[in-house]
Amino acid sequence: MNKCPEQIVHYMHEYLDGDISGEHEQELKTHLASCPSCQQHMHELSKVAAFVQSASHISAPNGFVEGVTARLPKETSKVGMKRWFHSHPLLTAAALFMILMSASLFSSFNEDQHFSFTKQPNLVVEGEKVIVPAGEIVIGDLVVKNGDLQIDGEVDGNVTVINGQYMASTANVTGEIEEINQVFDWLWYKIKAGAKDVASLVDGKEDK
Amino acid sequence: MDALVNKRIKEVLKGDQNAFAEIVELYQDKLYRVCFRMLGNKHEAEDIAQEAFVRAFINIHTFDTKRKFSTWLYRIGTNLCIDRIRKKKPDYYLDAEVSGTEGLNMYSQIAASEELPEDQVMKMEMQDRVQYEISRLPDKYRAVIVLKYMEDLPLQEISEILEMPLGTVKTRIHRGREALRKQLSNM
Ligand SMILES: [Zn+2]
Repeated sequence: MNKCPEQIVHYMHEYLDGDISGEHEQELKTHLASCPSCQQHMHELSKVAAFVQSASHISAPNGFVEGVTARLPKETSKVGMKRWFHSHPLLTAAALFMILMSASLFSSFNEDQHFSFTKQPNLVVEGEKVIVPAGEIVIGDLVVKNGDLQIDGEVDGNVTVINGQYMASTANVTGEIEEINQVFDWLWYKIKAGAKDVASLVDGKEDK
Repeated sequence: MDALVNKRIKEVLKGDQNAFAEIVELYQDKLYRVCFRMLGNKHEAEDIAQEAFVRAFINIHTFDTKRKFSTWLYRIGTNLCIDRIRKKKPDYYLDAEVSGTEGLNMYSQIAASEELPEDQVMKMEMQDRVQYEISRLPDKYRAVIVLKYMEDLPLQEISEILEMPLGTVKTRIHRGREALRKQLSNM
Protein backbone atom coordinates (compact mmCIF):
# COMPACT_ATOMS: atom_id res chain seq x y z
CA MET A 1 0.00 0.00 0.00
CA ASN A 2 2.99 2.29 0.50
CA LYS A 3 3.33 2.92 -3.21
CA CYS A 4 -0.33 3.85 -3.60
CA PRO A 5 -1.13 7.45 -4.53
CA GLU A 6 -1.99 9.41 -1.39
CA GLN A 7 -5.28 10.75 -2.73
CA ILE A 8 -6.78 7.30 -3.30
CA VAL A 9 -8.07 6.97 0.26
CA HIS A 10 -9.46 10.46 -0.03
CA TYR A 11 -11.32 9.44 -3.17
CA MET A 12 -12.72 6.45 -1.33
CA HIS A 13 -14.32 8.80 1.18
CA GLU A 14 -15.58 11.11 -1.54
CA TYR A 15 -17.11 8.09 -3.17
CA LEU A 16 -18.79 7.01 0.07
CA ASP A 17 -20.10 10.54 0.62
CA GLY A 18 -21.56 10.45 -2.86
CA ASP A 19 -19.78 13.60 -3.98
CA ILE A 20 -16.96 12.26 -6.12
CA SER A 21 -16.25 13.76 -9.51
CA GLY A 22 -16.27 11.54 -12.61
CA GLU A 23 -12.56 12.06 -12.98
CA HIS A 24 -11.75 10.99 -9.41
CA GLU A 25 -14.08 8.05 -9.66
CA GLN A 26 -12.35 6.83 -12.79
CA GLU A 27 -8.96 7.14 -11.12
CA LEU A 28 -10.21 5.30 -8.05
CA LYS A 29 -11.69 2.45 -10.06
CA THR A 30 -8.59 2.02 -12.14
CA HIS A 31 -6.46 1.88 -9.01
CA LEU A 32 -8.73 -0.50 -7.12
CA ALA A 33 -8.72 -2.89 -10.07
CA SER A 34 -4.98 -3.32 -9.71
CA CYS A 35 -4.45 -2.98 -5.95
CA PRO A 36 -5.72 -5.66 -3.53
CA SER A 37 -4.75 -3.71 -0.43
CA CYS A 38 -6.78 -0.65 -1.47
CA GLN A 39 -9.61 -2.98 -2.41
CA GLN A 40 -9.51 -4.30 1.14
CA HIS A 41 -9.47 -0.77 2.55
CA MET A 42 -12.43 0.21 0.45
CA HIS A 43 -14.28 -2.92 1.48
CA GLU A 44 -13.69 -2.20 5.17
CA LEU A 45 -14.89 1.37 4.82
CA SER A 46 -18.08 0.24 3.13
CA LYS A 47 -18.57 -2.26 5.91
CA VAL A 48 -18.30 0.55 8.48
CA ALA A 49 -21.23 2.35 6.89
CA ALA A 50 -23.33 -0.80 6.77
CA PHE A 51 -22.36 -1.63 10.33
CA VAL A 52 -23.38 1.75 11.74
CA GLN A 53 -26.58 1.78 9.73
CA SER A 54 -27.55 -1.58 11.12
CA ALA A 55 -28.33 0.07 14.45
CA SER A 56 -32.01 -0.41 15.09
CA HIS A 57 -34.31 2.54 15.26
CA ILE A 58 -35.18 3.16 18.84
CA SER A 59 -38.02 5.30 20.16
CA ALA A 60 -38.30 7.68 23.04
CA PRO A 61 -39.43 5.96 26.25
CA ASN A 62 -43.03 6.12 27.44
CA GLY A 63 -43.91 9.26 29.29
CA PHE A 64 -41.27 11.30 27.51
CA VAL A 65 -43.64 14.10 26.50
CA GLU A 66 -45.11 14.32 30.00
CA GLY A 67 -41.58 14.47 31.37
CA VAL A 68 -40.81 17.47 29.18
CA THR A 69 -44.07 19.20 30.09
CA ALA A 70 -43.31 18.76 33.78
CA ARG A 71 -39.93 20.41 33.30
CA LEU A 72 -41.19 23.45 31.44
CA PRO A 73 -40.96 26.65 33.44
CA LYS A 74 -44.32 27.51 34.99
CA GLU A 75 -45.69 30.71 33.56
CA THR A 76 -46.32 33.40 36.12
CA SER A 77 -49.63 35.17 35.71
CA LYS A 78 -47.65 38.30 34.96
CA VAL A 79 -45.91 36.70 31.97
CA GLY A 80 -49.24 35.42 30.76
CA MET A 81 -50.82 38.85 31.06
CA LYS A 82 -47.91 40.55 29.37
CA ARG A 83 -48.16 38.16 26.46
CA TRP A 84 -51.90 38.75 26.31
CA PHE A 85 -51.24 42.46 26.42
CA HIS A 86 -48.89 42.24 23.47
CA SER A 87 -51.24 40.20 21.36
CA HIS A 88 -54.32 42.31 22.16
CA PRO A 89 -53.17 45.94 22.12
CA LEU A 90 -56.61 47.31 21.31
CA LEU A 91 -58.41 45.48 24.07
CA THR A 92 -55.71 46.48 26.48
CA ALA A 93 -56.02 50.12 25.54
CA ALA A 94 -59.76 49.84 26.11
CA ALA A 95 -59.23 48.22 29.49
CA LEU A 96 -56.75 50.89 30.43
CA PHE A 97 -59.21 53.58 29.44
CA MET A 98 -61.85 52.00 31.66
CA ILE A 99 -59.49 52.07 34.59
CA LEU A 100 -58.52 55.66 33.99
CA MET A 101 -62.09 56.81 33.59
CA SER A 102 -63.36 54.94 36.60
CA ALA A 103 -65.40 57.34 38.67
CA SER A 104 -64.05 56.24 42.00
CA LEU A 105 -60.56 57.27 41.10
CA PHE A 106 -61.66 60.73 40.03
CA SER A 107 -63.72 61.30 43.07
CA SER A 108 -60.98 60.13 45.35
CA PHE A 109 -58.69 62.69 43.77
CA ASN A 110 -61.18 65.47 44.36
CA GLU A 111 -61.99 64.48 47.91
CA ASP A 112 -58.37 64.14 48.81
CA GLN A 113 -57.62 67.87 48.90
CA HIS A 114 -56.54 68.25 52.50
CA PHE A 115 -52.98 68.42 53.69
CA SER A 116 -51.69 65.13 55.05
CA PHE A 117 -48.44 63.27 55.41
CA THR A 118 -46.98 60.02 56.66
CA LYS A 119 -46.54 60.11 60.42
CA GLN A 120 -42.85 59.83 61.09
CA PRO A 121 -41.29 60.79 64.45
CA ASN A 122 -38.67 63.42 63.56
CA LEU A 123 -40.67 65.58 61.13
CA VAL A 124 -41.24 69.30 61.57
CA VAL A 125 -44.42 70.85 60.14
CA GLU A 126 -44.64 74.55 59.18
CA GLY A 127 -48.08 75.41 57.84
CA GLU A 128 -48.55 73.12 54.84
CA LYS A 129 -44.92 72.19 54.57
CA VAL A 130 -43.23 69.15 56.02
CA ILE A 131 -39.54 69.46 56.88
CA VAL A 132 -37.02 66.74 57.53
CA PRO A 133 -34.62 68.74 59.70
CA ALA A 134 -30.88 68.69 59.10
CA GLY A 135 -29.18 65.88 60.96
CA GLU A 136 -32.37 63.84 61.21
CA ILE A 137 -32.88 60.54 59.43
CA VAL A 138 -36.39 59.40 58.57
CA ILE A 139 -36.54 55.65 58.30
CA GLY A 140 -39.30 54.38 56.03
CA ASP A 141 -41.34 55.83 53.15
CA LEU A 142 -42.64 59.36 53.29
CA VAL A 143 -45.78 60.59 51.52
CA VAL A 144 -46.93 64.20 51.61
CA LYS A 145 -50.31 65.14 50.12
CA ASN A 146 -51.40 68.69 49.25
CA GLY A 147 -48.35 70.18 50.85
CA ASP A 148 -44.65 70.74 50.28
CA LEU A 149 -41.75 68.70 51.47
CA GLN A 150 -38.32 70.00 52.30
CA ILE A 151 -35.57 67.56 53.09
CA ASP A 152 -32.55 68.93 54.90
CA GLY A 153 -31.78 65.69 56.64
CA GLU A 154 -32.06 62.22 55.16
CA VAL A 155 -34.83 59.80 54.19
CA ASP A 156 -34.11 56.12 54.17
CA GLY A 157 -36.99 55.12 51.91
CA ASN A 158 -39.19 56.30 49.03
CA VAL A 159 -40.51 59.82 48.89
CA THR A 160 -43.80 60.81 47.25
CA VAL A 161 -45.17 64.32 47.07
CA ILE A 162 -48.71 64.70 45.80
CA ASN A 163 -49.91 68.16 44.79
CA GLY A 164 -47.01 69.89 46.34
CA GLN A 165 -43.41 70.84 45.91
CA TYR A 166 -40.42 68.84 46.79
CA MET A 167 -37.15 70.44 47.81
CA ALA A 168 -33.98 68.51 48.53
CA SER A 169 -30.84 67.21 46.99
CA THR A 170 -31.51 63.72 45.73
CA ALA A 171 -28.53 62.36 47.58
CA ASN A 172 -30.44 62.60 50.84
CA VAL A 173 -33.02 60.03 49.83
CA THR A 174 -32.15 56.37 49.46
CA GLY A 175 -35.36 55.30 47.69
CA GLU A 176 -37.35 56.64 44.76
CA ILE A 177 -38.62 60.19 44.63
CA GLU A 178 -41.92 60.94 42.97
CA GLU A 179 -43.79 64.19 42.55
CA ILE A 180 -47.41 63.94 41.60
CA ASN A 181 -49.18 67.08 40.52
CA GLN A 182 -51.49 66.17 37.69
CA VAL A 183 -54.71 64.24 37.72
CA PHE A 184 -53.06 61.78 35.44
CA ASP A 185 -50.10 61.31 37.70
CA TRP A 186 -52.48 60.85 40.55
CA LEU A 187 -54.37 58.14 38.70
CA TRP A 188 -51.10 56.58 37.84
CA TYR A 189 -50.11 56.55 41.45
CA LYS A 190 -53.46 55.05 42.44
CA ILE A 191 -53.17 52.34 39.82
CA LYS A 192 -49.68 51.50 40.91
CA ALA A 193 -50.63 51.38 44.52
CA GLY A 194 -53.80 49.46 43.84
CA ALA A 195 -53.16 46.92 41.14
CA LYS A 196 -49.51 46.05 40.86
CA ASP A 197 -50.06 43.65 37.97
CA VAL A 198 -51.93 46.14 35.86
CA ALA A 199 -49.31 48.75 36.62
CA SER A 200 -46.47 46.56 35.46
CA LEU A 201 -48.35 45.88 32.27
CA VAL A 202 -48.88 49.53 31.62
CA ASP A 203 -45.27 50.14 32.49
CA GLY A 204 -44.11 47.81 29.76
CA LYS A 205 -46.31 49.31 27.08
CA GLU A 206 -46.40 52.97 27.98
CA ASP A 207 -42.66 53.46 28.22
CA LYS A 208 -41.86 56.66 26.39
CA MET B 1 -44.46 18.94 8.61
CA ASP B 2 -42.74 22.31 8.89
CA ALA B 3 -45.95 24.19 8.18
CA LEU B 4 -47.66 22.34 11.01
CA VAL B 5 -44.71 22.96 13.31
CA ASN B 6 -44.64 26.66 12.52
CA LYS B 7 -48.32 26.87 13.32
CA ARG B 8 -47.70 25.22 16.67
CA ILE B 9 -44.75 27.53 17.34
CA LYS B 10 -47.01 30.54 16.83
CA GLU B 11 -49.41 29.08 19.36
CA VAL B 12 -46.58 28.51 21.82
CA LEU B 13 -45.52 32.11 21.39
CA LYS B 14 -49.06 33.14 22.29
CA GLY B 15 -48.67 31.27 25.55
CA ASP B 16 -50.16 27.89 24.69
CA GLN B 17 -47.99 25.27 26.40
CA ASN B 18 -50.12 22.45 25.03
CA ALA B 19 -49.04 23.34 21.53
CA PHE B 20 -45.48 22.73 22.63
CA ALA B 21 -46.38 19.24 23.83
CA GLU B 22 -47.47 18.50 20.26
CA ILE B 23 -44.08 19.61 18.98
CA VAL B 24 -42.38 17.33 21.51
CA GLU B 25 -44.62 14.50 20.35
CA LEU B 26 -43.50 15.00 16.76
CA TYR B 27 -39.76 15.15 17.43
CA GLN B 28 -39.25 13.07 20.54
CA ASP B 29 -38.03 9.94 18.75
CA LYS B 30 -35.56 11.73 16.51
CA LEU B 31 -34.00 13.72 19.31
CA TYR B 32 -33.99 10.91 21.83
CA ARG B 33 -32.33 8.62 19.30
CA VAL B 34 -29.52 11.06 18.56
CA CYS B 35 -28.94 11.64 22.26
CA PHE B 36 -28.91 7.92 22.95
CA ARG B 37 -26.40 7.25 20.17
CA MET B 38 -24.21 10.09 21.38
CA LEU B 39 -24.35 9.21 25.06
CA GLY B 40 -24.85 5.45 25.01
CA ASN B 41 -27.09 5.50 28.06
CA LYS B 42 -30.88 5.49 28.11
CA HIS B 43 -31.36 7.49 31.28
CA GLU B 44 -28.90 10.13 30.27
CA ALA B 45 -30.35 10.27 26.79
CA GLU B 46 -33.82 10.86 28.19
CA ASP B 47 -32.56 13.51 30.55
CA ILE B 48 -30.60 15.39 27.90
CA ALA B 49 -33.28 15.09 25.22
CA GLN B 50 -35.88 16.45 27.63
CA GLU B 51 -33.55 19.25 28.64
CA ALA B 52 -33.09 20.08 24.95
CA PHE B 53 -36.85 20.43 24.53
CA VAL B 54 -37.06 22.64 27.60
CA ARG B 55 -34.37 24.91 26.16
CA ALA B 56 -36.14 24.95 22.83
CA PHE B 57 -39.30 26.06 24.62
CA ILE B 58 -37.53 28.81 26.53
CA ASN B 59 -35.76 30.09 23.42
CA ILE B 60 -38.55 29.49 20.93
CA HIS B 61 -38.82 33.22 20.18
CA THR B 62 -35.29 33.07 18.72
CA PHE B 63 -36.20 30.37 16.22
CA ASP B 64 -36.45 31.63 12.66
CA THR B 65 -39.53 29.94 11.20
CA LYS B 66 -38.09 30.24 7.72
CA ARG B 67 -35.57 27.58 8.71
CA LYS B 68 -36.00 23.94 9.48
CA PHE B 69 -37.12 23.29 13.02
CA SER B 70 -35.41 19.91 13.29
CA THR B 71 -32.04 21.47 12.42
CA TRP B 72 -32.45 23.94 15.25
CA LEU B 73 -33.60 21.28 17.66
CA TYR B 74 -30.79 18.90 16.75
CA ARG B 75 -28.34 21.72 17.34
CA ILE B 76 -29.59 22.27 20.86
CA GLY B 77 -29.54 18.53 21.51
CA THR B 78 -26.10 17.78 20.11
CA ASN B 79 -24.59 20.73 21.97
CA LEU B 80 -26.01 19.43 25.23
CA CYS B 81 -24.71 15.93 24.48
CA ILE B 82 -21.23 17.16 23.66
CA ASP B 83 -21.22 19.21 26.86
CA ARG B 84 -22.31 16.19 28.82
CA ILE B 85 -19.69 13.95 27.27
CA ARG B 86 -16.95 16.45 28.10
CA LYS B 87 -18.07 16.97 31.65
CA LYS B 88 -18.75 13.34 32.32
CA LYS B 89 -17.17 12.01 35.42
CA PRO B 90 -15.53 8.65 34.82
CA ASP B 91 -17.38 7.01 37.70
CA TYR B 92 -20.81 8.28 36.65
CA TYR B 93 -22.08 4.86 35.71
CA LEU B 94 -20.56 2.92 38.52
CA ASP B 95 -22.69 4.47 41.22
CA ALA B 96 -25.79 4.79 39.07
CA GLU B 97 -27.60 1.81 37.61
CA VAL B 98 -25.07 -0.86 36.85
CA SER B 99 -27.23 -3.57 38.32
CA GLY B 100 -28.88 -3.60 34.93
CA THR B 101 -32.57 -3.69 35.64
CA GLU B 102 -35.36 -2.60 33.28
CA GLY B 103 -33.99 -4.50 30.33
CA LEU B 104 -30.79 -2.55 30.24
CA ASN B 105 -27.72 -4.62 29.81
CA MET B 106 -24.30 -3.61 30.91
CA TYR B 107 -23.17 -2.58 27.46
CA SER B 108 -25.67 0.20 27.19
CA GLN B 109 -24.23 1.53 30.41
CA ILE B 110 -20.61 1.67 29.46
CA ALA B 111 -18.97 5.02 29.74
CA ALA B 112 -17.58 6.30 26.47
CA SER B 113 -14.03 6.13 27.65
CA GLU B 114 -14.24 2.59 28.96
CA GLU B 115 -12.51 -0.11 26.99
CA LEU B 116 -13.69 -3.68 27.25
CA PRO B 117 -11.52 -6.77 26.91
CA GLU B 118 -11.64 -8.09 23.38
CA ASP B 119 -13.25 -11.41 24.19
CA GLN B 120 -16.15 -9.59 25.78
CA VAL B 121 -16.51 -7.35 22.74
CA MET B 122 -16.61 -10.37 20.48
CA LYS B 123 -19.48 -11.89 22.43
CA MET B 124 -21.66 -8.79 22.12
CA GLU B 125 -24.94 -8.71 20.29
CA MET B 126 -24.77 -6.72 17.09
CA GLN B 127 -26.86 -3.81 18.42
CA ASP B 128 -24.71 -3.49 21.51
CA ARG B 129 -21.59 -3.71 19.44
CA VAL B 130 -22.69 -0.84 17.22
CA GLN B 131 -23.42 1.33 20.21
CA TYR B 132 -20.17 0.33 21.87
CA GLU B 133 -18.06 1.20 18.84
CA ILE B 134 -19.86 4.52 18.38
CA SER B 135 -19.24 5.40 22.01
CA ARG B 136 -15.52 4.75 21.58
CA LEU B 137 -15.28 7.40 18.90
CA PRO B 138 -13.96 10.81 19.95
CA ASP B 139 -17.03 13.03 20.40
CA LYS B 140 -16.23 15.28 17.45
CA TYR B 141 -16.39 12.30 15.11
CA ARG B 142 -19.25 10.72 16.98
CA ALA B 143 -21.67 13.56 16.32
CA VAL B 144 -21.11 13.57 12.54
CA ILE B 145 -21.23 9.78 12.25
CA VAL B 146 -24.47 9.56 14.24
CA LEU B 147 -26.13 12.31 12.22
CA LYS B 148 -24.95 10.96 8.89
CA TYR B 149 -25.43 7.24 9.29
CA MET B 150 -28.06 6.88 11.95
CA GLU B 151 -30.24 9.84 11.08
CA ASP B 152 -29.38 9.78 7.40
CA LEU B 153 -29.02 13.55 7.23
CA PRO B 154 -27.46 15.38 4.27
CA LEU B 155 -23.97 16.76 4.91
CA GLN B 156 -25.24 20.32 4.41
CA GLU B 157 -27.75 19.89 7.21
CA ILE B 158 -25.13 18.37 9.49
CA SER B 159 -22.97 21.39 8.86
CA GLU B 160 -25.86 23.64 9.94
CA ILE B 161 -26.64 21.57 13.01
CA LEU B 162 -23.07 21.50 14.25
CA GLU B 163 -22.39 25.04 13.02
CA MET B 164 -19.21 24.10 11.23
CA PRO B 165 -18.15 24.46 7.60
CA LEU B 166 -19.12 21.70 5.19
CA GLY B 167 -15.44 20.90 4.64
CA THR B 168 -14.96 20.26 8.35
CA VAL B 169 -17.98 17.97 8.41
CA LYS B 170 -16.53 15.96 5.54
CA THR B 171 -13.11 15.71 7.15
CA ARG B 172 -14.66 14.51 10.38
CA ILE B 173 -16.79 11.93 8.65
CA HIS B 174 -13.71 10.64 6.83
CA ARG B 175 -11.73 10.43 10.06
CA GLY B 176 -14.64 8.92 11.96
CA ARG B 177 -15.01 6.31 9.26
CA GLU B 178 -11.30 5.50 9.38
CA ALA B 179 -11.42 5.27 13.18
CA LEU B 180 -14.36 2.86 13.01
CA ARG B 181 -12.61 0.83 10.34
CA LYS B 182 -9.69 0.31 12.69
CA GLN B 183 -11.97 -0.48 15.61
CA LEU B 184 -13.80 -3.08 13.54
CA SER B 185 -10.74 -4.68 12.02
CA ASN B 186 -11.21 -7.77 14.18
CA MET B 187 -14.72 -8.47 12.91
ZN1 LIG C 1 -3.57 0.87 -3.50
